[in-house]
Amino acid sequence: MIGIDKIIARFPGTRVEEGAALPTLVAPPGEYRALAGFLRDDEGARFDYLACMTGVDGGEWLGVVLLLESTTSGERVYLQTGTTDRERPLLPTVSDLWETANLNEREVYDYFGIRFAGHPDTRRLFLRNDWVGYPLRKDYDADALVNPVRLESDETPDDTRSWREDGGEEAHALFDDEEYVVNIGPQHPATHGVLRFRVALEGEIVKKVDVHCGYIHRGIEKMCESLTYPQMLPMTDRLDYLAAHQHRHALCLCVEEALQMEVPERVKYIRTIMDELNRLSSHLLFWSTLCMDLGALTAFFYGFRDREKVLDIMEETTGGRLIQHYNVIGGVTDDIHPNLARRVKEFIKYLPPMLKEYDEVFTGNVIARERMTGVGVLSRADAISYGVTGPSGRASGWACDVRKRRPYGVYDKVDFKEIVHEEGDSFHRYLTRVEEITESLRILEQLVDNVPPGEFAVKTKPVIKLPEGRYFKSVEGSRGEFGVYIESRGEKTPYRLKFRSTSFPLVSVVPLLARGSKIADLIAIGGTLDYIVPDVDR
Amino acid sequence: MFDFSVITRWVDQLLRGVMPDAAATVVECVIIGLCLLLGYSVIALALIYAERKVCAWFQCRLGPNRVGPLGLLQSVADMVKMLIKEIIEIRHVDRFLFGLAPYIVIVASVGAFACLPFARGLQVLDFNVGIFFLVAVSSIGVVGILLAGWASNNKYSLIGAMRSGAQMISYELSIGLSILTMVVLSGTLQITELVEGQADGWLLFKGHVPAAIAFVIYLVAGTAETNRGPFDLPEADSELTAGYHTEYSGMHFGFFYLAEYLNLFIVAGVATTLFLGGWMPLHVPGWEGFNEVMDYIPSIFWFFGKAGVMIFVIMWFKWTFPRLRIDQLLRLEWKYLLPVNLLNLLLMVIVVVYKLHF
Repeated sequence: MIGIDKIIARFPGTRVEEGAALPTLVAPPGEYRALAGFLRDDEGARFDYLACMTGVDGGEWLGVVLLLESTTSGERVYLQTGTTDRERPLLPTVSDLWETANLNEREVYDYFGIRFAGHPDTRRLFLRNDWVGYPLRKDYDADALVNPVRLESDETPDDTRSWREDGGEEAHALFDDEEYVVNIGPQHPATHGVLRFRVALEGEIVKKVDVHCGYIHRGIEKMCESLTYPQMLPMTDRLDYLAAHQHRHALCLCVEEALQMEVPERVKYIRTIMDELNRLSSHLLFWSTLCMDLGALTAFFYGFRDREKVLDIMEETTGGRLIQHYNVIGGVTDDIHPNLARRVKEFIKYLPPMLKEYDEVFTGNVIARERMTGVGVLSRADAISYGVTGPSGRASGWACDVRKRRPYGVYDKVDFKEIVHEEGDSFHRYLTRVEEITESLRILEQLVDNVPPGEFAVKTKPVIKLPEGRYFKSVEGSRGEFGVYIESRGEKTPYRLKFRSTSFPLVSVVPLLARGSKIADLIAIGGTLDYIVPDVDR
Repeated sequence: MFDFSVITRWVDQLLRGVMPDAAATVVECVIIGLCLLLGYSVIALALIYAERKVCAWFQCRLGPNRVGPLGLLQSVADMVKMLIKEIIEIRHVDRFLFGLAPYIVIVASVGAFACLPFARGLQVLDFNVGIFFLVAVSSIGVVGILLAGWASNNKYSLIGAMRSGAQMISYELSIGLSILTMVVLSGTLQITELVEGQADGWLLFKGHVPAAIAFVIYLVAGTAETNRGPFDLPEADSELTAGYHTEYSGMHFGFFYLAEYLNLFIVAGVATTLFLGGWMPLHVPGWEGFNEVMDYIPSIFWFFGKAGVMIFVIMWFKWTFPRLRIDQLLRLEWKYLLPVNLLNLLLMVIVVVYKLHF
């Protein structure tokens, strides 16, 4: 346990606000960095995982809220800081404490215009460089005349800026003139969407990778601020479309928790079954696309052939194949289809022989192994620091499965193994996912016949207002921890809503993993990290 | 067995009867050129269709089935489309080299194609260093690919071209050495003699162990030489979009495409000629009846049948294996195939000197 008294004694300026679920440490900017360092390194605290970083416009102040988590004790705490200087807000960076803060602080700069002193690379992340204003500020001018649709392309500068603590500005180059810089993306077959890497090459060797996001940025968090809670449900499906059901699950859970609403047991079962079906379809797609990325085109079709069966099962109950509009606040839209149990059981019988075929075609293939083994090794410490969760994190030895750490649905009632590997290379990222397919089948096997009778939804009020406070709820999405952070001021729309993206940290770790490897390895690394670009850009 | 030289001689005499010798030679050259190009494109179209059907079969799909019966006219339709497509002019390219590159590639592959003995007496080029000429001509293609990558002024293309250069030059060694191994066994460089020498048994069987090793190496190197999967790094679509021909459009792209398939055929054809007896029917010493029945099958069917099997095997590689990485590709050649090949050549020499072959 962290001693709150100890913190107050060491950091006299810091206040503690008790929240509904978690305490918030409110630090003045002067103490923020020292406190963050203390929270990360102190023996009693060890908050080594920055689960979620959110910029907040508090009205008079602009600031950030960090959700810190200890991977040893599982304890969580909010850390908040802010500045009243709205003209030239400057806060100290924590990007050297948690690597994941690097891109997150760029996002905060992009949305709120908060500059971070000591941050190595302050550029806009999602929006154009010539964007006027900071959209998530409450005083943002959304007039279309201020930011018209621009017809000229946005030049990509080769240099970047960073700020000193006294507010001074420094420019430094990202790429030298002599470097052979190649764009991988935004239109590229192996980036699985409109993601762009600027890659400095020396022959075939990757020297540097610079990530450019925002090509599919839709401002979903901004949109959610003006939508009611039921209205924003479809937004979650548009983040990671391969984990649409799981993401919606997270938002429903978060709202239900804030309302202290208890959903029927049947709903929990149905949601868990659908989550696992969703995971199966996502992992099968992962397998297919990875094989294609590595040049095994036939394997691609095998994976799709089997994924189709999962989609058919989901379609029968939810009506959706890729995106299921199935979860709603308080339950699900409709009861499960009578065929579900039978078809799921058929599928559970069908898939294992196919998995064996997968192993013969790809896993056991000497070329596939050579291509993946030892490529893009991610250490456990880096995985935590970069916030790489999900199968990618577990392949590095970090047991980060939300289903085990903070069970939701009926995951506490089913018996399944959390797949963890120590090696952290591409091959084990791949293996973790393939083995998780089997575990998902086991979970389904235990659930489909035991769905308890009851209501499939509870009645909710026509207008849902969340009590004032901060809420964070996460689920295990197909590729990591997906969290929903809601800051409510008691209205029917959230004051600030942030989605803790699963793919964002995966993309942020690419430059680290790809440095010094070959172009082909960059593709293997991207393929095994399995990021989904709309989830990065939001 | 039917000898195609009967036809060619008859045409020759007919022409010489109505015009002077020099004119007859010119007309013959034109006719042969036309026939070659016609055969070239027909084979390429057939191969494109075959590849699509084979790959569909591997991938639990149907493949082309809409244009014509069984989709047979699909590649013809594709060719027509390709022919009438605009060739897009790209700024900042070296226009001369950019335009030249596809022709070099196609000329190299037509040149190699002309060396193949399709049937008894059906061969365009046949002289005492035929197989040597074939290897030399087919290796010109890499110049075209390098030029294409360089002239495109595109970073992806350049990487693709460089990969291609490294790959083809490396694997050229393996191809050359395995061909040399077989030449040692048969004792001639002339292609017709090579085939005739296999009347009493294909070289693959005659040369037993060293021939089998050479055959495997030839297949691997040949697949690499044609830039086909799992060695399709120069155009690795998931890495370099389309590699050296990214910037090409219309028939310029079509030339690369045609040459790629024809190179597949040439590799299969050379494998047939060197290892599987060319157009020579399957003869088993001692089985007179069987041999006679085999002789009734026209030699052209033997050649295309054997080449078809080889093509199927190479396609099988492509649709099964993932792609190698460039360093693995070069390691495979320089650390494994090349030393094994040199030892194998030595082994073959020993076999021939001590008459250990059949």
